[in-house]
Amino acid sequence: MSTKIVITGIGATTPLGGDARSTWQALLAGESGISTLEQEWIARYEIPVTFAGQAKVKATDVLTPQEAKRLDPSSQFALIAAREAWADAGSPDVEPERLAVEFATGIGGVWTLLDAYDTLKEKGPRRVMPMTVPMLMPNGPAAAIGMEISARGGVRTAVSACASSTEAIANALNRLLTGEVDIVVAGGSEAAIHPMPIAAFASMHALSKRNDDPTKASRPYDVDRDGFVMGEGGGALVIETEAHAKARGAKIYAELVGGAVTSDAYHITAPDPEGSGAARAVLAALKQADAKLEDVIHINAHATSTPVGDIAEYNALRRVFGDHLDKVAISATKSSTGHLLGGAGAIEAIFTILALNERTAPPTINLDSQDPEIPLDVVTSPRKLPDGPLLAMSNSFGFGGHNAVIVFRSYEG
Amino acid sequence: MALSQNEVLAGLAEIVNEETGIATEAVQLEKSFTDDLDIDSISMMTIVVNAEDKFGVKIPDEEVKNLITVGDAVNFIVAAQ
Repeated sequence: MSTKIVITGIGATTPLGGDARSTWQALLAGESGISTLEQEWIARYEIPVTFAGQAKVKATDVLTPQEAKRLDPSSQFALIAAREAWADAGSPDVEPERLAVEFATGIGGVWTLLDAYDTLKEKGPRRVMPMTVPMLMPNGPAAAIGMEISARGGVRTAVSACASSTEAIANALNRLLTGEVDIVVAGGSEAAIHPMPIAAFASMHALSKRNDDPTKASRPYDVDRDGFVMGEGGGALVIETEAHAKARGAKIYAELVGGAVTSDAYHITAPDPEGSGAARAVLAALKQADAKLEDVIHINAHATSTPVGDIAEYNALRRVFGDHLDKVAISATKSSTGHLLGGAGAIEAIFTILALNERTAPPTINLDSQDPEIPLDVVTSPRKLPDGPLLAMSNSFGFGGHNAVIVFRSYEG
Repeated sequence: MALSQNEVLAGLAEIVNEETGIATEAVQLEKSFTDDLDIDSISMMTIVVNAEDKFGVKIPDEEVKNLITVGDAVNFIVAAQ
């Protein structure tokens, strides 16, 4: 790959912190962002799962009342993360036609959709507000960012459940490599801590039911894992060509060197136990990176803490990496953040970038007794990574059989 | 009991403020919703629906285009009560 693509800005709002830096610090400190839900609807609907990873800083405490009013919570998180990333990149003065947005969500404006339906039933169609459609549409978060930064090079939304924002970052890479645009804001957000999605995920037995001990509930690779924990928030990256970044004197965190998307066509929700689709995504991303398997030293795994998902991902990684997998430092950061669904890949991309930039792999918490069927070198306290050029990978998989993998390289100038 | 013009203006100013952030003092009878207050059509419809709720009146869609100024809206609501 001749054109280098680099990361020049990061932003996030997560269960661990209201920005990327405080999120990263809390992650390194081994904190959990998971807590008991105090909302009255938990009791009203007898929701069987009573905890989640709620955003540490409320979006409505950051945005103006008018901004908050016109944005679904998923778009509120998106705008907060994108503003931080854009400012972190130095608020570059760019040609709007050469600036694009690739911003994902898994579910979209579920609060707006269901609130509007309640209003329709209780008060009639006249009371369904005119902003309902732009607030509920899944491209709402991307559109809000596009308006904010005047992006005219195309604003798109990848929707592939929990793989969405990793796919969005892969899409950004490819748009930059074609030369259509110089700079992209990419990432994803989710705001689905609402009684209906919780009930639905609980009904398919996807969620942990550890109601009495929420901070211990997200425990990827542990023998006692019993499901994932829903989280909310968003993450955004500013990604641009190295030439564009250098011309404006931007600081560079890391290189984005590969991104690939495949699909299983196996089962609507269950992962292919052989992990062949996931394995193909890993191989395709490494091929695009023009890298060898042995170059990979760190993986931020999808690892949601479900009994079958963690093993399926392990099988895929073992197939691809063979014995080299034993030398890869694996972090399962959903143990701290919970699972941000369409926002997960974006915040995990940030963790992967910072791991390379600061040469530190972040810890996996709650790994008390590692599943013997998943013999991985799991990082349980911050681990120093070696000097020199390093390659790291972030995986995301989603219901529908979506596999997305992105690969970053440490930036050596 | 029907509200006076001033009471309707005060109530409408609160609705406009809540929707747009425009200070209630700036919402005056002679101000145009679009030219002076820079209120777009989506905000205008939201204001109309909220005003219907607040004042217990019906503001037909075909009437909305005639509500050029804040005064037009206030007078319509006062008459419709």
